[in-house]
Amino acid sequence: MARALINIPAKARRGEIITIKTLISHAMETGYRYTTTGTRIPRDIIHSFVVTYNGEEIFSAELFPAISANPFLTFHTIATESGKIEFTWTGDNGYSVTEQAMIKVE
Amino acid sequence: MKKTPLSFSKLGFLTAAMVIFTAVPIHTTEILLSERRSTYEQMSRETRAMQDEDSANPGMLWVLDGEALWRTKAGETNRACANCHGDAQKSMKGVAARYPAYDDKHKRAVDLEGRINLCRSEQQKAPPFVYESRELLALTALIARQSRGMPIESKDERLQSFIESGHELFNRRQGQLNLSCVQCHNDNWGKKLAGIALPQAHPTGYPLYRLEWQALGSLQRRLRNCMIGMRMETYDYGSPEYIALETYLMWRARGMMMESPAVRP
Repeated sequence: MARALINIPAKARRGEIITIKTLISHAMETGYRYTTTGTRIPRDIIHSFVVTYNGEEIFSAELFPAISANPFLTFHTIATESGKIEFTWTGDNGYSVTEQAMIKVE
Repeated sequence: MKKTPLSFSKLGFLTAAMVIFTAVPIHTTEILLSERRSTYEQMSRETRAMQDEDSANPGMLWVLDGEALWRTKAGETNRACANCHGDAQKSMKGVAARYPAYDDKHKRAVDLEGRINLCRSEQQKAPPFVYESRELLALTALIARQSRGMPIESKDERLQSFIESGHELFNRRQGQLNLSCVQCHNDNWGKKLAGIALPQAHPTGYPLYRLEWQALGSLQRRLRNCMIGMRMETYDYGSPEYIALETYLMWRARGMMMESPAVRP
């Protein structure tokens, strides 16, 4: 049940600095933990996060095992034009989630 | 049997009891209604911000899962929660603020998790969810979310015996450390225990996202957590002791605002 929550203003003025908040559901299993019977729990994390604004990359991040479960990432960008902002999280075991949000710039 | 008036021996006992109770200063172990505080007030600004904003509150991820499950058909009857209860945002409004509630059929108090599982096994004819499973937490979170900002209600008189046994458990010294709940949560709230301010332990935000767990958890999980800290043997999930404690704690927090899904450190 992969789910993401994205908070982005629906409307902005041209040139305005906007805050984008993202939250995604993921266990972020470090790979350093063991079960009670001693078997190692394999690493299962999101390792990269990329955001594009009308196709152009505006933000990206590398994630590591020390990052908590359900990573919450916030960043700022300048509202340049109306269009689509696309968020992609990729991780271990073929994990990939893409979400999009629309913004109207006046 | 012939009714007898109070005998002298009984009177003597009563007087003795009264003398004892007035002579020995009883430690007041109840928090005044006006002095009750949600743990929210003891949290850092950052943690409060997480709880306040839906898109920053990880508990909302479970609420979203709950919305999907609400509409998922299950069991022999092949019916979803939505088939009977309709829109959860309307039908479940204020429900969690009244739980644990008295169940007429089973003649006992039932908490929200228990109610969901009863609905599954009796109405949907589906196997009940395991305690603390993603599914059960998701549905509980969805239902509890609909009571956010509403005052906790505990008015049903049939709950009285459950409240009383919960109260007794709350006051009972248990575990290898010989501690009772009141010692921390009534007598010393606000003081520090290992760098953390002791809360009053009002269950206003369950199921809640605990940063330490990095997950959502139920009130029963939280109670187990404390019990392990007291070095006592925990009860099994769903046991009458937990239900009694939950019922008592909700009564103790009556009138306080629901915050589910809350965020706690």
